[in-house]
Amino acid sequence: MSSGTDNQGPLWEVFLQPPNGGAHEHAGSVHAPDAEMALQNARDVYARRSEAVSVWVVPSGAITASTPEDMGPFFEPGNDKPYRHPQFYKVPQGVRFS
Amino acid sequence: MEDPKRLAEFEARIARGETIEPKDWMPEKYRRQLVRMMSQHAHSELVGMLPEANWITRAPSLRRKMSLMAKVQDEAGHGLYIYCGTETLGVDRHDLTNQLLAGTAKYSSIFNYPTLTWADIGAVGWLVDGAAIVNQTMLAKASYGPYARAMVRICKEENFHKRQGFEIMSILSAGTPEQHAMAQDALDRWWWPSLMMFGPHDKDSPNSDELLRWGIKKKSNDELRQRFVNLTVGQAKAINLTIPDAGMKFNEATKNWEFSDINWDDFWRVVKGDGPCNRERLAARRSAHANGEWVRAAAEAHAQKHARKESAA
Repeated sequence: MSSGTDNQGPLWEVFLQPPNGGAHEHAGSVHAPDAEMALQNARDVYARRSEAVSVWVVPSGAITASTPEDMGPFFEPGNDKPYRHPQFYKVPQGVRFS
Repeated sequence: MEDPKRLAEFEARIARGETIEPKDWMPEKYRRQLVRMMSQHAHSELVGMLPEANWITRAPSLRRKMSLMAKVQDEAGHGLYIYCGTETLGVDRHDLTNQLLAGTAKYSSIFNYPTLTWADIGAVGWLVDGAAIVNQTMLAKASYGPYARAMVRICKEENFHKRQGFEIMSILSAGTPEQHAMAQDALDRWWWPSLMMFGPHDKDSPNSDELLRWGIKKKSNDELRQRFVNLTVGQAKAINLTIPDAGMKFNEATKNWEFSDINWDDFWRVVKGDGPCNRERLAARRSAHANGEWVRAAAEAHAQKHARKESAA
């Protein structure tokens, strides 16, 4: 019947690198007792159709994330600097840049 | 009660089409609705393996056997994608597993019908996965990020499921008179349960209003059901099978195929646990879980042994 013992193993976050040279991207998570089995589970769960050329697994608890409450002040230094974008600068009409 | 100001901010975010992420503030009922819906969905993927696994050893050719094994493996993966989504809401997968094994969790009633012949594997892929695709394509735009992203992944994979099922039906239908009759019989038995997969009519669906308002669902049960019917009529015609509904007719004004009344007594009977296979499915799930216990125990022991070796070195 129902299993009382919780032996699903800890949670690991899975990141896949696609074959087209992109960066590793978060795909989801898996349970596994250790890193090696987490990699194998990640392959079976998230890469059954050649989706990846590389897999990272990271213990979920090892990730430090920004919090939604801080979102405004945390990203503020980047939000009020339009001069960091090319559109801030005027170019004479007719000049070809790209 | 929720803080009205935060609730208003939350609803404004939904209205702007923003995605809600795990650490964002959300009303407790939004979280509960998601856990309810996502865990039922994940359980359905797992139980959905059972009627099909039943035919792996009896598939008529190696090609069919390979396809069916790959499909069943996909369903396991889909269950895991969605369980992982529920865990972002602070739910432990272990608890959900135990609810399923204890028989207290709900899953899609469609899997409580038996797969009696090989044609049923065709009908399941074509109709059951076809209906699931209609539903999941809508859910891929759900307001909760982890659920929507799991659905995008699932939708990419489900099309193979539907096509392999349709191919089975198409070949049987064009075969001997006995094979054609087998395909027709499978369609006859799976048609109405497939329509019921979309849930009760909108007016009888207690959760619908809230799910729609919070963007967990983008379309109502009846809208999705109609879309499925409209798509399927042409497919049945193309492979020379007849949908078992003599009252079906095309409405020129709405461009919809109108269908007869659904027998909801049967639906509720199966939902409440009295379908042809409810007990069998649970027994199979429990036995699979119990038979896997030594694998989980061995994996845990192996990991502990290596951890000890590493800390000793």
